[in-house]
Amino acid sequence: MKTYLPPKFIIERDQYRCTQCQACVSQCSFDANYYDAGDDEVRSREENCVGCHRCVVFCPTNAITVRENPSSYRRNESWTHEAIEDIIKQSETGGMLLTGMGTDKGYPIFWDHLLLNASQVTNPSIDPLREPMELTTYLGQKPDMVKLTPDSMDIETEITNQIKLDIPIMLTAMSYGAISLNTQKSLARAATEAGTLWNTGEGGLHPSLRKYANNMVAQVASGRFGVHSEYLNMARVVEIKIGQGAKPGIGGHLPGEKVSLDVSATRMIPQGTDALSPAPQHDIYSIEDLSQLIYALKEATNYTKPISVKIAAVHNSAAIASGMVRAGADIIVLDGLRGSTGATPKIIRDNVGIPIELALAAVDERLRKEGIRNKASVVVAGGIRNSGDVTKAIALGADAVYIGTAALVALGCHVCQQCHTGKCAWGICTTNVGLTKRINPNIGTRRLTNLLNSWSLEIKDMLGGMGINAIESLRGNRLHLRGVGLSDTELKILGVRAAGS
Amino acid sequence: MEKLDKINNFYHDDKVIDACSIFGMMDTSGKCFSGKHITRAIANMHDRGNGLGGGFAVYGLYPQYADLYAFHIMYFNHEARAQMETYLEEYFYVLRAEEVPTNPTPNILKPPLVWRYFLKVRGGENSEQRQQDDYVVEKVMDINTRAKDAFVFSSGKNMAVFKGVGYPEEIAEYFCLEQYEGYLWTAHGRFPTNTPGWWGGAHPFNILDWTVVHNGEISSYGINRRYMEQFGYNCTMQTDTEVVAYAVDLLARKHGFPMEIVAKILAAPLWSEISRLPEKKQRMFRTLRQVYGSLLLNGPFTVIIAHQGEMVGLTDRIRLRPLVVGTKDSMLYLSSEESAIRLICPCLDDTRIPMGGEPVIGSLQNPLNSRKTTIQDLQSKTGMGKDIDRC
Repeated sequence: MKTYLPPKFIIERDQYRCTQCQACVSQCSFDANYYDAGDDEVRSREENCVGCHRCVVFCPTNAITVRENPSSYRRNESWTHEAIEDIIKQSETGGMLLTGMGTDKGYPIFWDHLLLNASQVTNPSIDPLREPMELTTYLGQKPDMVKLTPDSMDIETEITNQIKLDIPIMLTAMSYGAISLNTQKSLARAATEAGTLWNTGEGGLHPSLRKYANNMVAQVASGRFGVHSEYLNMARVVEIKIGQGAKPGIGGHLPGEKVSLDVSATRMIPQGTDALSPAPQHDIYSIEDLSQLIYALKEATNYTKPISVKIAAVHNSAAIASGMVRAGADIIVLDGLRGSTGATPKIIRDNVGIPIELALAAVDERLRKEGIRNKASVVVAGGIRNSGDVTKAIALGADAVYIGTAALVALGCHVCQQCHTGKCAWGICTTNVGLTKRINPNIGTRRLTNLLNSWSLEIKDMLGGMGINAIESLRGNRLHLRGVGLSDTELKILGVRAAGS
Repeated sequence: MEKLDKINNFYHDDKVIDACSIFGMMDTSGKCFSGKHITRAIANMHDRGNGLGGGFAVYGLYPQYADLYAFHIMYFNHEARAQMETYLEEYFYVLRAEEVPTNPTPNILKPPLVWRYFLKVRGGENSEQRQQDDYVVEKVMDINTRAKDAFVFSSGKNMAVFKGVGYPEEIAEYFCLEQYEGYLWTAHGRFPTNTPGWWGGAHPFNILDWTVVHNGEISSYGINRRYMEQFGYNCTMQTDTEVVAYAVDLLARKHGFPMEIVAKILAAPLWSEISRLPEKKQRMFRTLRQVYGSLLLNGPFTVIIAHQGEMVGLTDRIRLRPLVVGTKDSMLYLSSEESAIRLICPCLDDTRIPMGGEPVIGSLQNPLNSRKTTIQDLQSKTGMGKDIDRC
């Protein structure tokens, strides 16, 4: 069938600069560039281009420019390019449209409507270069109060399963299979070096990453891939994945082509078979079932691990979160509307869930109203782009954040949304052996630790500006936030005042 | 329109911002002395205030009613007094009620009516002290959040707060403080930046017999307040000082911590300092910080916290506001400026500027004797001071 889709991008090659070296040909995993031996000229198949910029970055003479195809349809506010082209794609394939990454729709990003405070006159700002500035965060359940021994020299209250983070930024769940082993190794090593946690995702733990288990969150998802007693007991935290922001309410599907020998061994499924994660966990049809799984995992780990429960941010997150805390979760993770994924139906990604800022504000407030905020730490994920977002999330009430896309961008990802194709030209979201070599774990680790380091420097500067020298004094301290361009209702849900008031 | 002189936070700011002079003096042998000394001392720091608030707390004041809750209430009209007295009769046995004697002076404008009541909890004969205290806290919160023209500004036993709009020396003159005697006095001169000055908004802040005078601005106020709300404390006046008073009540009275530990929660040691402690203490301080992190007071502050038999001086952990300590025989002095101490006690045995976050504690249980006790001993009597010393 002849496709009616126009090329999404135009590849312009400056023939004066181009040396016909064919670097762009070998770099492009989507076959968008080819060499015509007859004409001794490198040419492009633009219909294949995804705009990942791999060829642009690797062209030794900077000969290539990739830009959006400027040719346009008749202007129509309702029938946008996207609306038309989605229908073209569906009429040519008959399937659900799949995509990767988080939604690219223009839903409000509340981070960009929240502003932080700084000290002037009445309160000195603190210079992190001269004064101590503490980002250390402990995740886990805290008791209501501490009891001392009668002589006040020791504590009677024993608190356990506290996870120390040197920075309140963790690397989110990305499974081996969805991402390459080298990518996962980079994440694991960076988390270990930076004193934070990485997350296996739902794909189990590859034997070569066992040495990073001390900084690992072991995920238990509906497919139960790679879950065994040793895996649980090696981890720092065990995380039950109920849902994720990019695809609330649906399961996962790792196509058989991606299930290589190594992936099959790690996931404990036959090679080449599809890895299907059911939409719900089939032993959790209600909140009491969640409690049972939480305690089953606590039993399996002899009460030595905090149990985290991750949900997608949906309409009644506050009530659900309260139930999760009462069911025994030590950490709750909220993944927002803009959360990313390796593959999701486009229609779900772009239409289901709520923005993380609103979910976080509602959950933190609800848990405080019910007096159970101390019973669980709150971690948010989905659309954290910079240290400003992190700082605002903590001021809204989060204990820590997970980053996914930001970490992948540090490794080279250009957010071209082709994760589901398995052809990632940057070698991140693929199991193709040739492509996965493009990530060097030594360099990957350095890029990630650099990112975490620069964010932590920035957070310290912002804290100092607010006259605060410990992150816990910002956590839930919404007086340091003001809203701009928000309605009264939004301000009320966020629990912040309008700028200028 | 709301009347400016009845509202603390007229513009509904996040919190009332003020800077101040503070002074505290205590005879750790328990001997009582007049209020004229502290009035001289706080007047010496006149320029640190701007005349929009001054106040004093005095302990050991009513020995004849030592077992009764002494409510001091300001009224903005006579009807409010009648209503309040009905309320008090309903919930308490009122054993004595009288107007607080005042000495009108030209500098004190529009003073409210101030009465004091000596009360017993109704039906509380058989209940425990803690339950009675909880009852009193609840009633004070109730009155201060509901009653429009009445405000309880002192509710402890054998102690009182005197405060109002004016320079502290004017307030002292107005309330005739030279005629009162106590073994522990604290004082405050206020420099608010954003409030027209409300009588109830002056320091000290009080709940039960806890009082706090405070110089500083607490940048962690937003979370401190939200944390306290979980325990039923409502910060009705939107000042950061109020939250300190409630935090101390929660930690010391309800959770039972000695003041040394309370200080280490409010001005928690740095994680790096904790990591250098012996293992047992490491565990203790780590746990305290993990559980009470939301009560860490961040930003610049010096506070003098007092209650029956004890006075504590504390700065934030990087000491962004001043505190000077002086001792003479059994007397302990705490002040924003050394000059104020020297004015009333020129020949001190010892003076010192404590480290940030290091509490200085004067206590009747541990009387000072200058020949034996130095200020350093005061700071390290539990052995915690030294371990955490940043030097």
